Amino acid sequence: MIEEHFSTGDSVIHRIDPRVRIICAIVYSAVIAVIGNLSIAFIGLGAAIVFVALARLDALHLLRRLLVVNVFVLMLWLVLPFSFSGDTILSLGPLNMTQQGVLYTLMLTVKCNAIILINVGLLSTCGMFNVVHALNHLRVPNKLIHLLFFIYRFSHVMQYEYARLTDTLKIRGFRPKTSMHAYRTYGSIIGTLMIRAYERSEQIHRAMVCRGFKGKYWLLDHFALRRSDVLAAGIMAAGAVIIIILQWKTG
Amino acid sequence: MHISEGVVAAPVLAAGAAAAVAGCAVGLRKMDYQNTPKVAVLSSAFFVASLVHIPIGPTSAHLVLNGLIGILLGWISFPAVLVGLLLQAILFQFGGITTLGVNTVVMAVPAIVCYLLYSRIIRSRYDAGAAIGGFLAGATGILLAGALVALFLLFSGEQFINVARLFLLAHFPVMVIEGIVTAFIILFLRKIKPELLGGDIR
Repeated sequence: MIEEHFSTGDSVIHRIDPRVRIICAIVYSAVIAVIGNLSIAFIGLGAAIVFVALARLDALHLLRRLLVVNVFVLMLWLVLPFSFSGDTILSLGPLNMTQQGVLYTLMLTVKCNAIILINVGLLSTCGMFNVVHALNHLRVPNKLIHLLFFIYRFSHVMQYEYARLTDTLKIRGFRPKTSMHAYRTYGSIIGTLMIRAYERSEQIHRAMVCRGFKGKYWLLDHFALRRSDVLAAGIMAAGAVIIIILQWKTG
Repeated sequence: MHISEGVVAAPVLAAGAAAAVAGCAVGLRKMDYQNTPKVAVLSSAFFVASLVHIPIGPTSAHLVLNGLIGILLGWISFPAVLVGLLLQAILFQFGGITTLGVNTVVMAVPAIVCYLLYSRIIRSRYDAGAAIGGFLAGATGILLAGALVALFLLFSGEQFINVARLFLLAHFPVMVIEGIVTAFIILFLRKIKPELLGGDIR
């Protein structure tokens, strides 16, 4: 369930300092989020596609991810095109699909996918440990970093525990169905998962106390901002500024 | 139950982010390094449990469990939810950075409401009371989250009114399932490990 397909690679993008990538992802996401014009939304999407193409990710896997993520957008398409008054292009009984509605929904779709691709290209390529490390450098509160690091680390352990629990269900011939018995079983499985998590956390805490943990992680490797990172940051910043200016000019 | 990127208007995004920062500040103050491992490992368990698909008729829905998160973690739900959503954004591309604030509010505010409303009845002497409290916590968690999504959409523009209605409607079956499963989890925990419900972590 928890996989990081996009974090490994040796592309131009993967070689950029994660701190630069994270800041650029935030800037681009924010810039694209406030776009209010279809053609500029397409420019944002173009920029996102450039990042993803440069990262040379597995296209099939990426498409599959996009499909899942677009469920919410699909719901918008079911309703929004009919929610505008304007030039009718299609009538279905009392519902009128208008040109304005379709164009608006298309803009949201483009913006949504542009931001997702930005996230894939710049964030998901970092790998979680680098993200945690970089956020530490970017002055995110220490406790939040701890939480992020721990939750990520132990989500794999808990996933393994959950798989073990569902294996025992399978061995006992459990079939998921819409029934009280099934719901009670899921309740017990999740309750067991919570208890295992709790007991495990006590062991972890004792282990940390034994090793003299005082709220600080010691890092062995550090990021180094190279000239190529500064160059990449400059190019990406210029792209963002161009989108902002275009958006500002069209109002 | 996510608001997707690029849909909600900028002022709503900003307000959501501000509220999330405030909630996280409160939550982080309640969490010290003593209970960080407990909060974190339980949150990982929630993270995994939210990937579980439960059958409803011909389809299935995934659990959200934000009511239960509120009962177990109290105010610490805010940072726990924030981190969970950040992980989802990076690992699964669900949601993203700009909607992190609104989505945290959508999940964490119902969690805290459930904590305030039901944590007492869940610890009551009677199993029936606890089961009802558990059901209500599960159902309220989903209902409020759906209502918050609808509200954020409406704040972004009147054109979203039908989307908001559809979204809310789609969550009613999930609400019932979530309530039932949460009630069973509460009954299970009361039997096996009652200290989990006793406010040991929050």
